[in-house]
Amino acid sequence: MSSTSEKFLVGIFDDEDILLHGVDGVRDKGVKIHEVYSPFPVHGLDEALGYKRTRLPIAAFIFGLTGTALALTMQIWMLGYDWPMIIGGKTLLHCLHSFRYFELTVLLSALGMVATFFIVSDMKPYKTPRSYDIRSTDDKHVMAIDLASNKLSKEDISRILKESGASEVNEKNF
Amino acid sequence: MQPTSAVREILITGGKTVRDVSEDISRQVEGKPTKLWWTAFSISLVLLMFGVYCLATVLWEGIGVWGLNKTVGWAWDITNFVWWVGIGHAGTLISAILLLFRQKWRMSINRAAEAMTIFAVICAATFPLVHMGRLWLGMYWVLPLPNTWGSLWANFNSPLLWDVFAITTYFTVSLVFWYIGLIPDFAVIRDRATRMGNKTRATIYNALSFGWDGAAKTWMRYESVALILAGLSTPLVLSVHTIVSFDFATSIVPGWHTTIFPPYFVAGAIFSGFAMVLTLLIVTRKVFKLEDYITIYHIELMNIVIIITGSIVGIAYITEFFVAWYGMVPAEYYAFYNRATGPYWWAYWSMMTCNVISPQLFWFKKLRTNIVTTFILSIVVNIGMWFERFVIIVTSVHRDYLPSSWSMFYPTMYDVGEYILTFGFFFTAFFLFAKFFPVINMAEVKSIIKSTSEKKH
Repeated sequence: MSSTSEKFLVGIFDDEDILLHGVDGVRDKGVKIHEVYSPFPVHGLDEALGYKRTRLPIAAFIFGLTGTALALTMQIWMLGYDWPMIIGGKTLLHCLHSFRYFELTVLLSALGMVATFFIVSDMKPYKTPRSYDIRSTDDKHVMAIDLASNKLSKEDISRILKESGASEVNEKNF
Repeated sequence: MQPTSAVREILITGGKTVRDVSEDISRQVEGKPTKLWWTAFSISLVLLMFGVYCLATVLWEGIGVWGLNKTVGWAWDITNFVWWVGIGHAGTLISAILLLFRQKWRMSINRAAEAMTIFAVICAATFPLVHMGRLWLGMYWVLPLPNTWGSLWANFNSPLLWDVFAITTYFTVSLVFWYIGLIPDFAVIRDRATRMGNKTRATIYNALSFGWDGAAKTWMRYESVALILAGLSTPLVLSVHTIVSFDFATSIVPGWHTTIFPPYFVAGAIFSGFAMVLTLLIVTRKVFKLEDYITIYHIELMNIVIIITGSIVGIAYITEFFVAWYGMVPAEYYAFYNRATGPYWWAYWSMMTCNVISPQLFWFKKLRTNIVTTFILSIVVNIGMWFERFVIIVTSVHRDYLPSSWSMFYPTMYDVGEYILTFGFFFTAFFLFAKFFPVINMAEVKSIIKSTSEKKH
């Protein structure tokens, strides 16, 4: 984070459909959007903003495989090699063990994916997030535009925001 | 834009706006607890304290203070365990399976149902833990840790051990799923507290929300996490009660040794879980004035799930009897004959009346859309489901292969006391949840307000 103050223009949108059109309108006019903050997930917003699909499912898959491998290794080693025991006349390693493969796969996949989500989204209990407009968790959609990363003037961006459906345009410095 | 179906009924009534959702749901977290809340909370706490006394006695004296004997080694404890695990099925079913099926009506009820799941699973876990007697040694029997009491490692061939893995995984994943859902709503309360100038509340709820900012990128990842968690939880929900049924079905006890158990237990679990969700939500919607969010339509849909699962359970009861007769194994035949006509006939017929006959009343639209009938029947169903587990467990073992060892089971104060302990815990936890956490998923409800809300004019 730079030590000099960062200047943002903040467009407030009252409705998710106006916001979606607004995002297209603003981007078409060559304005770079820093981020949009919403009180609820807006379908299609990630595509409108040009975000790539998240790779979290891949993380979940890898963690799941780790769980399967851990369960397999644990059981084969414990019951097959470390202390081989015949229980109820069954063979040492048989398919009924698969319940733990499934459980550990699910457990590690879920926990690993959620941990990855927290890390990549930089979410932690002691973090105070930047608030561009406090109503963004209530009922407003908030579009933040970093003035430093845009060539257009503040007045031009403000006008584009209003034309794209923003009900208010405010300035916010950090 | 989400395509919406014109045939869908209205899910949120009262012409609510997005802002109304924040206001209506956050109100109970921000306000002081009412007298009614204090009264209900105090009663639960008293029940919990009595239960703790009974539990302490059981731990000090050993499980000999329960009414078990050499023939009936599993009775109230395992009945209560299976009953609570069953109740704990509705929450994750509603949030996971209904999410995959894109059922929007789940959005008003999933938060409370998931909380109920978590508390119910904790209640369930106490019974097998205490039944182990010296539960401080239990970790060596249930976790894969090397030990010197008998086998060096845990017996992976035992369905009881499968159960430990299944239930702990189910509990952990359900807890994570529930918490992930709460994060954006904690941020709503944080920002409202900031606006009201309540710094302490803002700090606490910010920590709980993990510094949630609601950025489009975070929402995109969040939705992906929720969908995958739902996908992972779906087989998990179905597997948990399947594995609980294996505790019985893999044995050779007549009455337990049946292949129908897994689907029959899963249907029974969903049946009792939905009944408990209804009992809790009918009270919650009234106390917190959430009638516009949990509407008669929601209640009707849940009652339809109750008719379906109740009928599956009814067919399973009849199938068991048919197979016992058709199989011509005398021990099997006697086990079922004894259930219906033996000394525990009253438990059997209570189960049949509560579980098979009473849910059929919901075929009448008038009854399934009536709050009072639904509330009474939801309790009747759970009484029936308790008797179902009692019938399966106790009547199957009380008359085994040797008539000389036939016996009866009579509960003691400590059997009853531990059941009361779990009720005390369950309601104490639920009241704390209802006071400090938003009982309805605000973010999800807000996302459907435009498409499913009743218009004001």
